Amino acid sequence: MTEQTQQESNKKLVWRLVGIIGGMFVFAFALIPLYNVFCDITGINGKTRGQALYQDVKIDKKRVVTIEFLTNINRGMPWQFESRVKSMEVHPGELNEVRFYAKNRSKFDIIGQSVPSVSPGEAALYLNKTECFCFDQQRLVAGEEIEMPMKFYIDADLPEDISRLTLSYQLFNVTESVNAATEATK
Amino acid sequence: MSDHHPTGFTRWLYTTNHKDIGSMYLWFSFIMFLIGGAMAMVIRAELYQPGLQFVDPNFFNQMTTMHGLIMVFGAVMPSMVGLANWLIPMMIGAPDMALPRMNNWSFWILPFAFTLLLSSLFMEGGAPNFGWTFYAPLSTTFGPPSTDFFILGVHMMGISSIMGAINVIVTVFNMRAPGMTLMKMPLFVWTWLITAFLLIMVMPVLAGTVTMMLTDRHFGTSFFDAAGGGDPVMFQHIFWFFGHPEVYIMILPAFGVVSEIIPTFSRKKLFGYSSMVYATASIALLSFIVWAHHMFAVGMPVAGELFFMIATMLIAVPTGVKVFNWVATMWQGALTFETPMLFSIAFVILFTIGGFSGVMLAMAPVDFQYHDTYFVVAHFHYVLFPGAIFGTTAAVYYWLPKWAGKMYNETAGKIHFWLSMIFVNLTFFPMHFSGLAGMPRRIPDYNMMFADFNMWASIGAFGLGLTQVYFLVIVLLTLKNGKTAEQKQWEGASGLEWDAMPSPAPYHTFSTPPKID
Repeated sequence: MTEQTQQESNKKLVWRLVGIIGGMFVFAFALIPLYNVFCDITGINGKTRGQALYQDVKIDKKRVVTIEFLTNINRGMPWQFESRVKSMEVHPGELNEVRFYAKNRSKFDIIGQSVPSVSPGEAALYLNKTECFCFDQQRLVAGEEIEMPMKFYIDADLPEDISRLTLSYQLFNVTESVNAATEATK
Repeated sequence: MSDHHPTGFTRWLYTTNHKDIGSMYLWFSFIMFLIGGAMAMVIRAELYQPGLQFVDPNFFNQMTTMHGLIMVFGAVMPSMVGLANWLIPMMIGAPDMALPRMNNWSFWILPFAFTLLLSSLFMEGGAPNFGWTFYAPLSTTFGPPSTDFFILGVHMMGISSIMGAINVIVTVFNMRAPGMTLMKMPLFVWTWLITAFLLIMVMPVLAGTVTMMLTDRHFGTSFFDAAGGGDPVMFQHIFWFFGHPEVYIMILPAFGVVSEIIPTFSRKKLFGYSSMVYATASIALLSFIVWAHHMFAVGMPVAGELFFMIATMLIAVPTGVKVFNWVATMWQGALTFETPMLFSIAFVILFTIGGFSGVMLAMAPVDFQYHDTYFVVAHFHYVLFPGAIFGTTAAVYYWLPKWAGKMYNETAGKIHFWLSMIFVNLTFFPMHFSGLAGMPRRIPDYNMMFADFNMWASIGAFGLGLTQVYFLVIVLLTLKNGKTAEQKQWEGASGLEWDAMPSPAPYHTFSTPPKID
């Protein structure tokens, strides 16, 4: 190979490799939506879906499923947060309501966001919520308390081997990031 | 005047010569090896007895973090790039690397990257203390302020390794001497070519990960923050997508090194050359679909655990092919046991032990017991120290006569080997037992029941550390007053670097391409 063609073929190969590198950098970010889509389809991350409609739901009176409710407070969240009942026995397909209680025990206004998680993870696909406080953020002024409803039904197609599931809510203090975001849009 | 070269400091600063740059990479990695080793000594001194003796827990965590980062990115990876720089052009009959100026740049980024990283030790809040795997939210929400220096440092060393990898690929594809077909290349060149592809595939993912950390820390994104809709487990998925191929990046070039050395001292051709090439490529391909075996304990569904368990165990097949071929090369060979051969044989044996504990860790049900214990520490040190480090050490002994034109003292080399062999096992073997008994990793204090294992490991570590200082002495003495080496120092050696040039290798080689039959 002459010097000239050598240089050119080097250049061509370098640009191809740089293309791969750029592609992989983008791929790292693309992994996040890819995982989310994958988990949404398979339901393996224990993440529940958005708001469901209660229409034409078949009720299975013969089956009883136990559902437990867990509440957790994240670091830097001075709220009291608990569910009014610790567990329920429900029939798949029935619409049930649970009430959650929250109180801002600090001297500041605070915005809270709860993030749900279901265990075992594959049950998340079958837990449908028609109403949930986790769909929105709550803003509580100092000392304010609130009762928040959550309505759900369990799909009758829930796999036979699951007879008990746990729905956990982790409550985060998102005041700073929400305020920062509203500042930015002003 | 093929041996003319500039002198003084600017020779090293401006050099585009692959031999100069290779030497700088090797010296740099050795300095980093000693710094990272000193941190390991702090860790082992603290763990010599239960209770807190020398350092506070936060500093202990900084030591484990920095030890890991320095050894992975500062010692092992640059040492392999150094070997690539020295050897690949000489092995394929090229006058230099394909992109010599970029080569200079990719080296000179490293001292700055590691100055940034090491300077964090002296900052308020201390150095990064979240482990070399920097899991979120430890590194995002709870990371010390110096985490940003860590992020920038990782970006810089990532750019350096990417440029090194581009250089290797372009050199191997475009600069081979006429007649040097791909399947005639020495195996070291093959393993490095595959390593380079792994590097350009996964280093950008690492860069993406630390970029997400940076924006999570400072620009209000929530990639890994559950409160904003992100997911901390996502961090582990993305990190290990980089992290698992990374462990093969560190070991594949060492595979190449022993595949050169074992045939020389067995006076036979390498058994199963083409199967070695395919096995290396299979290991590299499989490394992309096994990442979640590092995360069996995060609560994956059974189907996921099964998939990653089986895929991981599959890697044992091509690795087994390689080990089989090394042993078969030695079979009925006329073996002699010079220092490089001793290190290579120890590599085969001890790396296989590390491979076996890897298969144990690959089993999802039992991994729940081993996860985050000293068993994991024992496993990866068995593949890294007697694997990557013994491989590099063997390479230095084997090619030093060619690089420097001087021969090391064989007795000194053998003493270095036997001390390393004894101490490496004394250090890391007891960790299997303390790990199985439940000792967690990354803690400065531990239950009394682990006291004996830890005392042995600490004694071994101090000995192992001193032995590597002895290695430095051996190399320096060789450079100063070693005996003059012959062109073909090893009777059974083959390859262009031994057949087509004198020792020491002239500053410029293969200005006209060699003839290859």
